[in-house]
Order: sequence, then C-alpha cells, then structure tokens
Amino acid sequence: MTIHLAIILPLLMAALIPFIYKLFTKIKIGWLVLLVPVTVFILLARFIPLISSGETRTYTYEWMPSLGINFTTYLDGLSMIFGLLISGVGALVVLYSIFYLSTKEALHNFYCYLLLFMGAMLGVVFSDNLMVLYAFWELTSVSSFLLIAFWHHRRASKAGARKSMLITVSGGIAMLAGFIMLHAMTDSFSIREIIAEMPALTNESLFIPAMICVLLGAFTKSAQFPFHIWLPDAMEAPTPVSAYLHSATMVKAGIYVVARLTPVFAYDLTWFWTVTIVGLITLFWGSFNAVKQTDLKALLAFSTVSQLGLIMSLFGMGSLAFHVDIDASTIIYTQAAFAALFHLMNHSTFKGALFMMVGIIDHEAGTRDIRRLGGLMTIMPATFTIAVIGSMSMAGLPPFNGFLSKEMFLTSALKVAEFDIFTLSSATALVPVIAWVASVFTFIYCMIIIFKTFFGTTEKLPQDRHIHEAPIGMLISPFVLVFFVIAIFFFPNVLAKYILAPAMLSVYPGLASMTDMTPHVYAWHGFNTELWMTIGVVVFGFVLYATLSKWRNIYNTIPAQFTLNNAFNRVLAEGENVSSFITKLYMTGSLRHYSLYMYGFLILVVGSYFAFSDTFRFSMENNAEIHVYEVLLVLVMAVAAVAMLFAKSCVTATVLNGVVGFGISLFFVIFRAPDLALTQLIVESVTTVLFLLCFTYLPTWKPEKTSHRQKMTNATISILVGLLVVAVSLSVLYFNEFKTISSFFENAYELAGGKNIVNTILGDFRAFDTMLEVVVLCIAGIGVYTMIKFRTKKGDDRHEN
Amino acid sequence: METLMILLIGVLVSVATYLVLSRNVIRVILGTAVLSHAVHLLILTIGEVKKGEAPLLGNQTADGPYTDALPQALILTAIVISFAVTAFVLVLAFRAYKTNGTDDLEKLRGDEYD
Repeated sequence: MTIHLAIILPLLMAALIPFIYKLFTKIKIGWLVLLVPVTVFILLARFIPLISSGETRTYTYEWMPSLGINFTTYLDGLSMIFGLLISGVGALVVLYSIFYLSTKEALHNFYCYLLLFMGAMLGVVFSDNLMVLYAFWELTSVSSFLLIAFWHHRRASKAGARKSMLITVSGGIAMLAGFIMLHAMTDSFSIREIIAEMPALTNESLFIPAMICVLLGAFTKSAQFPFHIWLPDAMEAPTPVSAYLHSATMVKAGIYVVARLTPVFAYDLTWFWTVTIVGLITLFWGSFNAVKQTDLKALLAFSTVSQLGLIMSLFGMGSLAFHVDIDASTIIYTQAAFAALFHLMNHSTFKGALFMMVGIIDHEAGTRDIRRLGGLMTIMPATFTIAVIGSMSMAGLPPFNGFLSKEMFLTSALKVAEFDIFTLSSATALVPVIAWVASVFTFIYCMIIIFKTFFGTTEKLPQDRHIHEAPIGMLISPFVLVFFVIAIFFFPNVLAKYILAPAMLSVYPGLASMTDMTPHVYAWHGFNTELWMTIGVVVFGFVLYATLSKWRNIYNTIPAQFTLNNAFNRVLAEGENVSSFITKLYMTGSLRHYSLYMYGFLILVVGSYFAFSDTFRFSMENNAEIHVYEVLLVLVMAVAAVAMLFAKSCVTATVLNGVVGFGISLFFVIFRAPDLALTQLIVESVTTVLFLLCFTYLPTWKPEKTSHRQKMTNATISILVGLLVVAVSLSVLYFNEFKTISSFFENAYELAGGKNIVNTILGDFRAFDTMLEVVVLCIAGIGVYTMIKFRTKKGDDRHEN
Repeated sequence: METLMILLIGVLVSVATYLVLSRNVIRVILGTAVLSHAVHLLILTIGEVKKGEAPLLGNQTADGPYTDALPQALILTAIVISFAVTAFVLVLAFRAYKTNGTDDLEKLRGDEYD
C-alpha cells in the first residue's frame, strides 16, 4: 500500500493546492508543497535495505479485472532508482522554486501542475501493468505541456508546449500500439509476466513491430534523434521545470521503458542495433549542436539530449549480454547497463545543478545569452563554484562523478568494438570513435559554460541592474546536488551496492547474481586505453575551444530550410492545409448534402445487407382482412402525399399534409386506438393552424430552382429509402420469435387501478417517460416564446418587412 | 391489411425524404411532419392490427382479447413530441427568415469565416 500512497499523495495534493492557495494568501505555499516530495522520499528510502538485498515488493489493487487491467505497483531496484530521483530532485526543485518564482506568479497553477507531474511520473515507474503505465505516461506529457506553457502570454512558450505535446503524445500512441501487440502475443499486460514468457516468442510476426512501436514512444519522450527537436523549445518553461522535467526526470521516462523492457526485446539483435545506433547519433548530434548555442539554457538542452543519447546507447550495448553465455569473462557486457544506471544518477545530479545555476544567472543578471555575459566569477563566487563542479563532471573530469561513469562508458564502447559475433564487425569498431568525438564536443561546451560566463570582462553585462550573488535559499538546492557530485566520486561503491546493484537484477533478471553483475568502481585503473582517451579529449577539447572562432562556420553549412525544425514546421503546416481541404470537401454547409450523406449511408449499409444476406422474408398469411373503405382511404392518403410534391403554394401543401394527418387518425379509429385518434385529431388541427399562421410572415413559395440532375438524385434516393423501409418492415412483420410483452399491461386494473390500458402505461407504468415528455414540451414552448418575443439587436433587423 | 399499410408507409417515407432534400425551409419541415406520420403508422402496424378490441378494460360489450396497448402508448408520446418539435422548428424558420432574409437553405450556408 505504501507505494500506492506515494503515487496518490502528489496527485491528491495537486487537487488541493488551488484551494489551499485561496485560503492562505499570506504564506508561500511552496513550503507546504515541499512536504510532499520529502514524504515520498522518506517512504521510499525506508525500502532501500529490503530492495538492496535483491527482494521486490508488489501490491495489487484490482481496477478493471474484466479487462485484465490492475493497478499493480512493483517496487524493485530499477523503479527504486527512479522513485528516489523523482522525489529527491523534486524536493530540491520545489525548494529552489520557492525562491526563484515571484509571489506574483500564478503559484497555485505552477505547483498543481508540478505535483501532477510528480504523481504521474511515480505512477510510470511503479506500474507493473502496461496500460496503467501508459495512462500515467500520457499524464506526464500533459503536465509537461502545461508547465512549458506556464508563461502562456509568451508566443514562444505556447509554440514550445505545442511542439513537445505533439511529438511526445504521437510517440505515446505508437507505444500504446506496441503494448497492445505485446498483449496479443502474451495475453498479459503485466510486465513481469511478459518478461517471463518472452524468450519463447521472439519469432512471432508481431515481435519486431511491437519493438519498433515501443521504441518510438521511448525515443520521442527521451528526445532521441530525430525527435529531439522539442527539448530545446521546451526550455521556455520556468527554470525549475527545466531542471526537473526536462533534464532529471521526465525525459528519462523513455530510458526507463528501454531499461525495463530490455529483458523483453533484447533477445533479438535488432534491439541492440536500433538502441545503440540511435543513442550514439543522438549523443554526437546533441553535443555537436550544443557548441553553437548562445543561450545557456538551449546549450544545456542540447547537452541533455546528448547525455540521454549516451545513456540510451549504453542500454543498447548492455543488451549484448543476452547473446553470450554469461561467465567470468563475458560478465563485462553487463557493465554497459551498469554504467547506464550509474550515469543516469550522475547526470541528474550535475545537470540539475547546472540548470539551477543558469536559473540563478538569469534571475540576477536578467539574461542568459553568453554574448552578454562575462566576468561573473568575482561577482557570484558561489554560483561559479556550482558551474565549475557541474561542468567538470559533465565533461568527465576527476574528481567528479561524471568521470567514473564516462570511463565506464568508454570501456563498454571498447568492449562492443571487440565483440566478434557480427559479420559487420567493422561497424562496431565505429562505436568508440563516435563516443570519443562526442566527448570532445562535450568538453568544448563545458568550457564555453565556464569561460564565456564567468571569465572575461564585465562590460557586456546588462548595466541597468545591480548584479549580486543569489540569495542563500536559491543556492541550497544546487549545493546539495554538487555535494553528491563529489561524494559519489569518492564513495561510488556505496551507491553501487545499495541502489544500482538491485536495478541490475531488473535489467538482467536471472542472468547472473547481483554481486557478479556489480563491478567494483575504481577511480584509478592505471594507464589504460580509457584514460588515454580521456586525456585525448581534454587536449583536443582545449585546442578546439581555443580555435572555436576559426571553425565555427561549419555550423552554417546546413541551410535553414533543411533543418529538422523546418521539416517539422512544414509537415505541420501541410497537415493543416490538407485536413482543412478534405474537411471542406464534405462539410459544405448545405443541409441537403448532409441529409444525402445520411440517407446514402443508410441505403449502403442496410440495403447491401439485404442484398448480400438472405434476410428478406415476406408472407401475407397472418394479415388481417381488408375492407373496401380502407383501400380507398389508403389511396386518398397516398395521392395526397404525392400531390404535396407538386403543390404550387405552401397553403396547398399544408392542407395536403393535413389530409394525411386526418387519414391517420381515421386509421387509428379502425385499428382500435381511440386515444390516439383523439390526440391525433387535436394535434393535427393545431399543427395545420400553426403552419398557416407562419405563412403570413414567410415569403410566397417560389418554384424550386434546382437543376434537373439534383431532382433526379433526390428522387432516386427517396424511392430507395421508401423501398428500404418497406423491405425492413415486411421482414420485421414476418419475424415472430419473441412474444409480445403487453399481456402484462392487461392487468392494469389490479396493478394501477385504471381501466384504460394506454392511459395507465403513460400515467403509471411509464410515468417518468411522460414526465420527461412534458419537459420536452416545456423546453420547446420556452424556445418558441423567446424566439417570438425577443427581437434581435438593433441594426440586425434590417430584413423586417 | 398490414402489407397494404406498409406500402402506404413506403410512399409516405419516399415523399418525406424528397421533401427533406429540398432547398426551401418549409418543405423540409413539412417533410419531417410527413415522416413522423409514417413512423406512427409503422409502429402501430408492426404491433399487428385488428387482433382484438380497443384496450379498454371493463367494457361490457367486449372482454378481450385486446389490441396491443404498448405501441399505442409509444405513439401517443411520439405524437406530442413531434408536435413540439414541429412547432419549435417552424418558429425557428420564421426567425431565421427575419434575420437572414431568405428561406433558401442553400443561401443559409454561412460564410467561410463563421
């Protein structure tokens, strides 16, 4: 139950925050909100000893048992890592936001969305049921949309929100399709059951489509190439949001799904190739593009894209472990997944700190454009410290945690290059090369963050404000994070033993024991290839940074119309054009067209059913006898009806309609329905009077100005509809399977105390129907009254005659 | 008898459909009126006609069997509702004519940016 509580608590608080905000206007509600992630964090932390011993916990709440959808929470190593990140970073971000956001902002909205996100994200990582996971998954997209558009008066915010929504939600729908395919193969929505059944099913025809669909969802959410374009635009959100959603947690949901479903899909090498290649391309493209950015947040966004690619490619490489016999010499292949989990934690610490650092600069200096920044080192020494530690860790330098995971990443890349089961072994040799080149660019943009912002002259800074160090409240959160950056470097094995090791069991269930798969992390390995690669990165990085102005022009080689962003905008605009074109084709605004569609569809569906199945039945055996006067009456009515079509004036048509109506009341008499006959007589009289009354205000009836072709179409459709009704009615008349239920109503006197059966049905058995009928009459009456009574506004009434 | 009635209903439905497809508002409304006539007859006919006395208990001349009372109750409701709707639509047409100056549905399509 505890885990359910952890998910429900933020959602509940999200619903309450607007009311609390109204009640307590004096205090900053952020402090109250802070309690939520702290509580969740403590709740989860209590499970760490249990989880680190390799155990798991499941709780089931039956939600829709008939559909196999249960709200089952599953707490294991992998979900623990994410749970701790979500609640831990969440607490720090809320604390930071208390000082970052002015009280003039719509804080209740902000915290409502933020808590909504927190609950949804916890739901994603703790759900065992794929359908529940998907529901929470979309909820994170929605809350992200709301948070990006928080300053909704800004055009860029709205555009960024729409873009992220479109991309992540379309990916989410693809993922839903993938989940349904998984269900079709295994007949289960439970991740654990699917994992247990999957190895036998890799040859199913749905296996590859399911994999592609799930990966589409993961790649869009985790901003992998070519879907990464939404993340830089999402930086329009307030900085606490960027630090939380768009670097530490939400964008890692895709990585979570990849890690979680690795034991499902990794038996096929397609998984290895797709995840690794997409990850590596993203790693390179993100770091390459980060260098050209001038906005610090955009730079961090591209660096996040790049780092997510790194983690993604590591999980891809780690999937190779499913293709070897695990023993002491091959256990090294699982190390890639370990490095991925390790880097996931490290990235959240240093990137969270860096985002908060940029937020501080933006807050104090009023700009985050590196062309207008410089020399802040002496003005903001504490912020400078954060920036240096965060950037150095990101660049992969000791003594910071990024160094450890980066080294492990290079080790894994080198190992994959040696992997020799492929015929295309030269392709894998490229892996360490791409990794190295991307690392060089990473180093360059880390240098840019430090040198362009904090060194140089202060002349370019905005002169209209007095820039000073941030208030202590804004510095607490980033300092906590950089504390972890250093602490993890010195004590990595504590983290490895208690947090990362159990997660390895989730990625490789039953492959090897937990202790075998958890390498001992060393900072110093001697002078091996990885260290030389890092030294190479530093040397080349410095050289390239120093000569940046010389080679910067390569960024202009791709013309603007060929960028991914432009392609996205073009597709969107064309999509709008095409859909509005198609809509205008049939939404013509003409009542006749709409009626034609309906009648046409009716004829098509019901008529073709009659044509292709042998349902039409006809017999006159049970028919009642016919008298001559009845035949005459039928003829009169039919002639009157047809004559209506040729009536020259509307009065004639109305009178003919009256003839039909009075004919019907005669039939009611013949068919022993006295109540109906009376009612019909009255209603028909009133209707005819009403029609005639209306005609005094309406123009005289001009001949229809319809073309011959239209008339023929109308006539054909009308005759077909008439024939169809005849066919259906005759078949229904023949059908005698069910007994009539009206014998029940013949006890009317005993049951309802009335002798007129029809009246008792209306007034007693079905009295509610009659009451609602009266309501309909009332509404119609009010409508008629208002339309006659209230005149349109002055000036609109120019057609009055 | 039932077959004959169903043929009449077919004629009424055809006429109603043709009227509904017209351009003139009043013809469309007349079409719906004829259509509701046809439907009332249809409900009654399907319930089998002339199979007994009028559904009035305690009538001394007759003591069952009675005609099916359920279709009659349904039709009674339907007559009243269709009357309400016809009245409403008629006034709506009148109002629309006063505001827009036309009773031609093809001219009442609204413009591009409505």
